[in-house]
Amino acid sequence: MSGRGEMWLFLAQRASAVVMAPLVLIHLAVIIYAVRSGLSAEAIFARTRGSALWAGFYGLFVVAVSVHAALGCRAISAEWAGWRGNRVDGVWAAFGVLLLIAGLRAVAGVIW
Amino acid sequence: MAEFLTVDIWRGGAEGQLQRFDVPRSDNQTVLDVVTHVQKVLEPSLAYRFACRVGMCGSCAMMVNGKARWTCRTHVKKVAADGRLTLEPLANLPRIRDLVADLAPFFDKWQAAGGQFKPQAELGDDFAIVPPSGAARRQADEAIECIGCAVCYASCDVVAGQPDYLGPAALNRAWTLMNDGRDGAQDERLKAVSGAGGCQNCHTQQGCRDACPKGLNPTRSIAGLKRMSLMALIEGRL
Repeated sequence: MSGRGEMWLFLAQRASAVVMAPLVLIHLAVIIYAVRSGLSAEAIFARTRGSALWAGFYGLFVVAVSVHAALGCRAISAEWAGWRGNRVDGVWAAFGVLLLIAGLRAVAGVIW
Repeated sequence: MAEFLTVDIWRGGAEGQLQRFDVPRSDNQTVLDVVTHVQKVLEPSLAYRFACRVGMCGSCAMMVNGKARWTCRTHVKKVAADGRLTLEPLANLPRIRDLVADLAPFFDKWQAAGGQFKPQAELGDDFAIVPPSGAARRQADEAIECIGCAVCYASCDVVAGQPDYLGPAALNRAWTLMNDGRDGAQDERLKAVSGAGGCQNCHTQQGCRDACPKGLNPTRSIAGLKRMSLMALIEGRL
């Protein structure tokens, strides 16, 4: 990959981390709240169904995670296993797309 | 203080083994004094490098009990409390013979990182004035003190895991030139330091800062290059 391309990926990973940092904290708070309040599945769905806020929150989370995780795995495989090059990049890009599809399906499942 | 030090020294090149020597202790003895004693008295065929003996030239660095150090300014009492020393050539570099590592890959990376000053001025131009208090000059104040000893390079985990990474010293050198108002190869150098083995690979673990015998912080220089490269990318100069 060109130097310019590498720098774009570097920016994407840093930017996705910046997006994720507050979202992770809110997500943890939501989990703790849901568990400690003993919310049932119905009660959770009642809050999430049709909510643009939760769709936006978890939709953004999924996009940021897909970008961040795929790029992180690419860096780890390059540094720890020496796997580099276009084919390896293709594998991790596919992994990112898989995370995106699986994540967005999950979001759709609680919103619709 | 024990009368003798037990010193294990690497003998051979890539293949080799440690050889044990007993070296008499003395007051204020440095690790370089120990190596010099071995070469002068016990084993004349021992290969090692040194020049200035006063922490200026950067040529006597080696692995001392597993850690890269400048040996001329490293006192034995500080690193060998139990009276034992293990000395090997600098890590992350090919071994030539005994305590001598091949520094060619290290300095090749200085070149690859755009480590050469390329003046903007033409012959006959007036002298450039660089005020010591200028913001850019102050950014480079610390970084220009590097003596090129390669201790940071031998202490960097990213270099160990990724052989094409330019490394702390080369990037630190590039940072000094990026802050040199007289330099005329800024964009070219930013391209050199942001490629596949470039500044963005630094993990910010600060192994270089921890090991630098001059107390410099190459990680800070690398962070500066990351900021400059990102700005250049966004502005379309990369």
